[in-house]
Amino acid sequence: MAKLTFTGGIHPYDGKELSKDKTIQDVFPESELVYPLSQHIGAPAKPVVAKGDRVLAGQKIAEAGGFVSAPIHASVSGTVKTIEPRRVVTGDMVMSIVIENDGQYEETAYPAPTPYEETEREKIIEIIGEAGIVGMGGAGFPTHVKLSPPKPEKIDYCIANCAECEPYLTSDYRRMLEEPEKLINGLKIYLRLFENAEGILAVEDNKPDCIALLKRLTRDEPKISVRALKTKYPQGGERQLIYAVTGRRINSTMLPADVGCVVNNVDTLVAVYRAVAERKPLTQRIVTVTGDAVADPRNFRVRIGTSYADVLAAAGGFRQQPEKIICGGPMMGFGMFNLNVPTTKTSTALLALTQDEVSMMKPGPCINCGRCVEVCPGRVIPSRLADYAERYDEEAFLENFGMECCECGCCSFVCPAKRPLTQEIKSMRKIQLAKRKK
Amino acid sequence: MSELFKVSSNPHIRSKATTNGLMFAVIAALMPAAGFGIYNFGPRALAVILVTIVSTVLTEALFGLCKYKKDFLNNMTITDLSAVVTGLLLALNLPVGIPLWIAAVGGVFAILVVKMLFGGLGQNFMNPALGARCFLLISFPAAMIDFTCDAYTGATPLAALKAGEPVNVLDMVIGRTAGTIGETSVIALLFGACVLLLLGVIDLRIPGSYIAAFTLFVILFGGHGADPAYLSAQLSGGGLMLGAFFMATDYVTRPITVKGQYVFGIFLGLMTGIFRIFGPGAEGVSYAIILGNLLVPLIEKITKPAAFGYRKGGKYRGSTYGNKKREKA
Repeated sequence: MAKLTFTGGIHPYDGKELSKDKTIQDVFPESELVYPLSQHIGAPAKPVVAKGDRVLAGQKIAEAGGFVSAPIHASVSGTVKTIEPRRVVTGDMVMSIVIENDGQYEETAYPAPTPYEETEREKIIEIIGEAGIVGMGGAGFPTHVKLSPPKPEKIDYCIANCAECEPYLTSDYRRMLEEPEKLINGLKIYLRLFENAEGILAVEDNKPDCIALLKRLTRDEPKISVRALKTKYPQGGERQLIYAVTGRRINSTMLPADVGCVVNNVDTLVAVYRAVAERKPLTQRIVTVTGDAVADPRNFRVRIGTSYADVLAAAGGFRQQPEKIICGGPMMGFGMFNLNVPTTKTSTALLALTQDEVSMMKPGPCINCGRCVEVCPGRVIPSRLADYAERYDEEAFLENFGMECCECGCCSFVCPAKRPLTQEIKSMRKIQLAKRKK
Repeated sequence: MSELFKVSSNPHIRSKATTNGLMFAVIAALMPAAGFGIYNFGPRALAVILVTIVSTVLTEALFGLCKYKKDFLNNMTITDLSAVVTGLLLALNLPVGIPLWIAAVGGVFAILVVKMLFGGLGQNFMNPALGARCFLLISFPAAMIDFTCDAYTGATPLAALKAGEPVNVLDMVIGRTAGTIGETSVIALLFGACVLLLLGVIDLRIPGSYIAAFTLFVILFGGHGADPAYLSAQLSGGGLMLGAFFMATDYVTRPITVKGQYVFGIFLGLMTGIFRIFGPGAEGVSYAIILGNLLVPLIEKITKPAAFGYRKGGKYRGSTYGNKKREKA
């Protein structure tokens, strides 16, 4: 059988060997933890604590600011130091709750869990919403919203996104190897919510050990199957993944539920399991610290809110002075100018590179070679869109499907003239999205 | 941590491919054809090649000097090697006996008029080498169609074929015939083309559809049906292989859309067939390609692809209730 995949995509150096064999370790944050109120798509959360309050780990410190929003929970015990705007990964200043860690890690009392098989659908979704779970692969879309499509009986597939196609990232890989039961149980909770659906664990074929392990563990699960995907970036993109697994296509104006799919990544499903089966809110996630500038590349279980500087210190700091620090993978991550920003629910990795390839390259004129067209998973013409964006030709940009760009970065990656295509398209998309909101 | 790190928009890694690398690959792939031309026609062929390359590179350098003046060194465009490619391609399209000054004029025309005046690399609307060849064909017809040299005195095989004389197909495949410097050896050209195909610099869409459409046209209208000898002579003769693999595939002047590339190839095949069979001359590749170049914007317009998840014409494939929900959010 031909491998499941999509049209387009690239094969960059994946760098996963740096950290793939390192077991997950805990990080103990040094001092203060910062919780930005906007770690998800949708309305910012509203603080429910005030300066000077003592909080326990797992305690809710901010409530959802609307239906499309998510509450935030403290990941350590300590005192609320202040509520003020703090710098986040993207460089913006975001209102944040700052907690001084008392080092006790005293946990709040969690409600007694009930078996999910006996819990009502609405109750499960409520629990997930209350646990503050959002898409932890990077988008940060509140999970309870995703789980509430208008017609839940029309959902045919619950897809666990275990592709982890971003180079260097190994957090999902380690999670699958070390806690596969939690992942599978998370998926089973989804199948409880969508009774007509089939569960699929979609894994890229560069992780044969995960595929074998998950296959073995799901042998007796008639509704769950493991599918091997061709290793190619961006295989884990939502639209590419749905197409590879089901052959159904969605565009930027649609949600996966429109074609009967629900997609969530590994860490999100584990969080769902913890929320429903253990009644613990989302306070931690797995972060890969890697790159050729890091002394000891590793995977860490990080208490959300810990600063990147603390996470890096746990990995032994820098081996060599890096030129560039990236939050997330090299294809879609954010370049950071300093490490004193907090990890959030969507932080997948910290990547430190000794060389910044991009700054060494001088963009030249487009020679129309068409490489960007070949690799674009959105099947648009990136070189032309970038040109329209550069000239601020909104009409041409929209007419030529500019909004269908998923900002995966493939076009910039392959461009022989080293043009910043993704950047140009992305800027124009941001402008257009902002205009739509008005 | 007081030190600041570099920031930029994603992605933070880049592939190894560069513009110079691609140009260098094309130059390298043309070496077998150029080498065979020198072997076949003697050292004068080398002189023609060098003169055109020096003329194209020098023209581009002088243009840059006039445009940027003191800032010239920071805006050096000749290092991308595209001028060398143009010069080399032009030389391979010239007869060996051409007066060297005419070859030099061709180089100046290719770079100055066809390329730089329209904005330089990536902006020219027709292949500079072919534009210059057609300019020379019209301006200096006698020098351009005189293929006699020390090695060969007769007509080119394609002209002989048109006149109804017998031709030796084996000689045409190897390249032991009269013609322009780089077009005669099918073997050398195909070897270079294979290198480009394997390196992924070009693909078979345009050459494949070009040659297929041309073959079909010749079978239907050539007057010899599917006669293998006639067909192979038509395929090996003239600049077809050089044009199909090295000039029709020129990135800048071919459509960027995948469907458009097939349309472009088929159009070139039909035009070449018409020019060769119904036209007054035996050749037709150069005119077919520059005519095709001019149609590229139109071809791209009619072959504009629909984005992933859209039907042709931009219709959604599924329902759109998610859209409204998203807007509310």
